[in-house]
Amino acid sequence: MLTRTLKALKRQIVESQVWTSMVRHGYDDTPRNRVLQIMANVWLHLHPPKIRRHAIRVRFTWCMGGITFLMFLVLTVTGVVLMFYYRPVGEYAYADMKYLEFDVPFGMLMRNMHRWAAHGMVITVWLHMFRVFMTGSYKPPREFNWVVGVILLTLTLLLSFTGYLLPWDQLSIWAVTVGTNMARATPLLGHEGPFADVVGVTPRYDMRAFLLGGSVVGPPTLLRFYVLHCIFLPILASLFMIVHFWRIRKDGGVSGPL
Amino acid sequence: MAERDAKGAHGGEAPALDATLWSRRDLFSLAGWAGFFGVLGASALAFTRFMFPRVLFEPSPTFRAGVPDEYPAGAVSERWKKDERMWIVRQDDGTFYALLAICTHLGCTPNWFQAEDKFKCPCHGSGFKRSGVNFEGPAPRPLERVKISLSDDGQLVVDKSVKFRYELGEWDKPGAKLKV
Repeated sequence: MLTRTLKALKRQIVESQVWTSMVRHGYDDTPRNRVLQIMANVWLHLHPPKIRRHAIRVRFTWCMGGITFLMFLVLTVTGVVLMFYYRPVGEYAYADMKYLEFDVPFGMLMRNMHRWAAHGMVITVWLHMFRVFMTGSYKPPREFNWVVGVILLTLTLLLSFTGYLLPWDQLSIWAVTVGTNMARATPLLGHEGPFADVVGVTPRYDMRAFLLGGSVVGPPTLLRFYVLHCIFLPILASLFMIVHFWRIRKDGGVSGPL
Repeated sequence: MAERDAKGAHGGEAPALDATLWSRRDLFSLAGWAGFFGVLGASALAFTRFMFPRVLFEPSPTFRAGVPDEYPAGAVSERWKKDERMWIVRQDDGTFYALLAICTHLGCTPNWFQAEDKFKCPCHGSGFKRSGVNFEGPAPRPLERVKISLSDDGQLVVDKSVKFRYELGEWDKPGAKLKV
């Protein structure tokens, strides 16, 4: 009696317009329907409907690219959560970091997840590159994607660098002082670099001043790095990730064992 | 179509009568792309300029450092190190010079060690003699000296916006030293 009522209820729901408009291909476990389920869903279509057996062998891929992307997702979520408390202003930044660390409920967890995932992403992105190199997966037709990957590596390091200033403590200020002073020696764009006099860059108008928003690491630098860290670089990295994942599929999926 | 008609009429040899270097479509296409990249380029230039503000809200580069008698001869004064990143050095003969406490390697703040009579940078280990000349570590050139002078009321005035670099032979220029 009860089961019959439940079955009727289920049919009523499953055959309703609301249900069928969202679940278009049902749950039939046939190869054809499984492909349809994946291909018809914007979130799932990133997955190939079918892959070669070696592509899921962890010993071959180490899943390093996937773990790197997972780190990026963790960083995006925890980063946005941290933004609810953190103010990128000289007077507040350090205190807000302390507030998150010691007073805000789960603040320490969010901050530490962000920090450890950041360290993790830098490590996994290198390991991913190492795996791709050792398996020869950079060879044609995948050479374009290797270059996209190198750009993504650079963006990861820039994200790491800009995020390092945000705690606004002595360690971060001096690390960024050292890092931005290297920009003095940029060819063409740095006032102590090659061809500086040809281009006409000066200490006041060069790459370092562009990054700092002045002549020293100060509040304008904090704000600049914050915008770069939270808006500019993540969006740029996301765009390149879209291309990176697209190219994997178009170049024939994960490369085979040599 | 026009091309094929023209070819037919002239046996496929002569060009069409209305053929010009730029067709109407070419011209509009070129104008469109030129406009697109023109706006993009101008915006990029504007943004680059936007990132260099005209006014910087930074501390004044000049400060008054008290009267000369407050500085004993033959000593490196750390009085202004914390607030101004400056050492004021008075030599045995009473001459002053002002050293900027910014390492010439990558911009950290060195420390003064009286016992060893040297400046030492904590970041990467650059060492400088009392004169400011580098002698160890990665620093490529001596510390910079800045302009030091006397005001009308007899106070030392240090101006960090005027720098004197040893390797350019500027330490002998007027203002790099102060004889009292």
